[in-house]
Amino acid sequence: MGTGTSGASGPPGADTVRHGGDARQRAAPKEQLGRDAARLGPGTGPPGTDPGHLGADAGLLAADAVLLGFVRALRAAGVDASSERLSAFLRAVAALRPGVRADVYWAGRATLCGGHDDLERYERVFAAYFGGSGAGAGRVARTAPPPRLRLGARAAPTGPRTPGEGEPPGPPVAALASPAEVLRHRDFASLDPAERDQLRRLLAVFALRGQARRSARRRPARRGEVDPRRTVRELLRRGGEPARLRRHARVRQPRRVVLLVDVSGSMAPYADALLRFAHAAVRAGRTEVFTIGTRLTRVTRELSHRDPDLAMAAVAAAVPDWRGGTRLGELVRAFLDRWGRRGMARGAIVVLLSDGWERGDPELLGQQMRRLHALAHQVVWANPRKARPGYAPLAAGMAAALPSVDAFVEGHSLAALERLAAVVRGGQTGAVRVKGADGA
Amino acid sequence: MDDPERVRARLEETGYLVDEGLAVTCFLALRLHRPLFCEGDAGVGKTALASALAEALGAPLIRLQCHEGIDASQALYDWDFPRQLLHLRAAEAAGVTDADRLESELYDRRFLIARPLLLALQTHPSVLLVDEIDRADDEFEAFLLELLSEYSVTIPELGTLRAESPPVAVLTSNRTREVHDALKRRCLYHWFDHPSFARELTIVRRRLPDVSARLAEQVTALVQALRGADLLKPPGVAETLDWAQALDALGASEVDAELAVATLGSVLKYREDTDRARGLDLAAVLAARGG
Repeated sequence: MGTGTSGASGPPGADTVRHGGDARQRAAPKEQLGRDAARLGPGTGPPGTDPGHLGADAGLLAADAVLLGFVRALRAAGVDASSERLSAFLRAVAALRPGVRADVYWAGRATLCGGHDDLERYERVFAAYFGGSGAGAGRVARTAPPPRLRLGARAAPTGPRTPGEGEPPGPPVAALASPAEVLRHRDFASLDPAERDQLRRLLAVFALRGQARRSARRRPARRGEVDPRRTVRELLRRGGEPARLRRHARVRQPRRVVLLVDVSGSMAPYADALLRFAHAAVRAGRTEVFTIGTRLTRVTRELSHRDPDLAMAAVAAAVPDWRGGTRLGELVRAFLDRWGRRGMARGAIVVLLSDGWERGDPELLGQQMRRLHALAHQVVWANPRKARPGYAPLAAGMAAALPSVDAFVEGHSLAALERLAAVVRGGQTGAVRVKGADGA
Repeated sequence: MDDPERVRARLEETGYLVDEGLAVTCFLALRLHRPLFCEGDAGVGKTALASALAEALGAPLIRLQCHEGIDASQALYDWDFPRQLLHLRAAEAAGVTDADRLESELYDRRFLIARPLLLALQTHPSVLLVDEIDRADDEFEAFLLELLSEYSVTIPELGTLRAESPPVAVLTSNRTREVHDALKRRCLYHWFDHPSFARELTIVRRRLPDVSARLAEQVTALVQALRGADLLKPPGVAETLDWAQALDALGASEVDAELAVATLGSVLKYREDTDRARGLDLAAVLAARGG
């Protein structure tokens, strides 16, 4: 049952660069390889190769230089091709027919790509770098947008920060004093820049852990079932004399938490704070984060950066649909189809952080929420607008979703997020302190 | 198998069809002794690749099914405690007093139960299939990473066991979870797509030679149409084979829309999908194939 692989465009034809008929010189001498690869590459020298750098590595052969340039272009396009991958690539090319375009293509695809998302970029860069299929070589240069601090700039649009106003960035313990107590209940939408700053520091220590569930794994424990392995081992150690019974107990593991953060226009005042909340959650453990707006974007990897500002910048670069409309139903479906049904939502705690402002068909949202509810252990909806006086879940989307929601909470302030964390952790009510705040 | 063409030919002899990309990737996996990391939807032939490789190499297939909480004693090795105890008692009854000798006997290889990973290291040649690695947890991934880079394990009582020559390792993932990059970096990556009509038809004909040519073609056309129908779970090649087999078992040499709907249960596993498929004009799909 072999199956095809290539995407729509497919691999470049094998015969385009084949040289000397069917010459398969697997153990070709290096210079031969060099010439072949040089023919493969753009004649004037690959874009993105820094000649100065190449000069430093005097031993590099022309072939390797071309391939190296390709890997650099790939990196610039956002493929995480580490040096380990690079060396695997070079070895792979050396093991194949030198100079055959398709072989180079497949060798690179197998060694340099780490996931499905990389494949499209790989295809594009390969076509651009080695020419062919209409793509100009100059395209590579344009596909290298370094991450920008876009989100930060958007999140604090009102006035410049005065340096004296904000407190020194001390440990969070200071922030839990009385001004923080006020801040805890303030709506994110109404904060001034200094307060936002403080809020960020508070959010940075926020950990989100799902409620515990029994896992299949066991650990040595004082109480619990008898552990035959360790008991017998102990027995053997004593030459068969009766020994103390060793016991083990099941490990309790936190459930996976999945956050779906709405970044559409109506959520603009909250998106920054909620994503920072998500960042803290990702740093703390098994949490997956997606943004939903006009499309679904998985941002867990971007958020796994230690530094919150860099993580936010990475998210800003990865998410194409800030402030668009919301098509919640379609996006929940996209989440379920691509990730959720395969297992990410199975037994997990799924939290939607959204105002439920659905611009699509509310019926679809209701239907997809029922699917989600059937898969997940618990579905939580945090709505920043819920705290507004006189709020009622009348927005058609929200009303359609509610029957499939286990917990409907607020999401507008630090205190609300603490309560949300408590719900996720399994304690339905009660104020939960920001984790780590009592240290230092 | 010293070039991709030959790898492809050998795999095709076993009934597993590969395209150029997969042939090159398999060749590299064999040549560079790198594990092959296979990703793609369920039922596209990731697991089948491992059995085909085993058959092509004439090597046993050693399979490790991953699940949550899997650990070294289930994956690598374990001691046969009951037999060890029995040995101890027997020695006691026989009046053996040499404790050192007894101890060394107890940790003899004959009391060692090799689980799949150790078995793969000890068997040469062999194909090791680590199925659904995305179901295991991070700790296991890290453990596997170590094993796959060294191809050796250390058993405290016995010392280090090293593979004479590393097994051909195939890892599969259904992407329920992102597998750690460190592990992926060690591997060659291959993404499995659903096959084209022509390729899928060839697979069906090759795997089910007894099914009538017409039925094979119709079933393939239907499955291809279903894949385009926005289903919760688009059918994989495995389902195509199931369906053709089911219809063949019913004595059908060709299929009409009515029979197709009646046997949808072999292909679609969600009620919503079945409802949707009923709404499709299957007769038109069949007609387009020279109905």
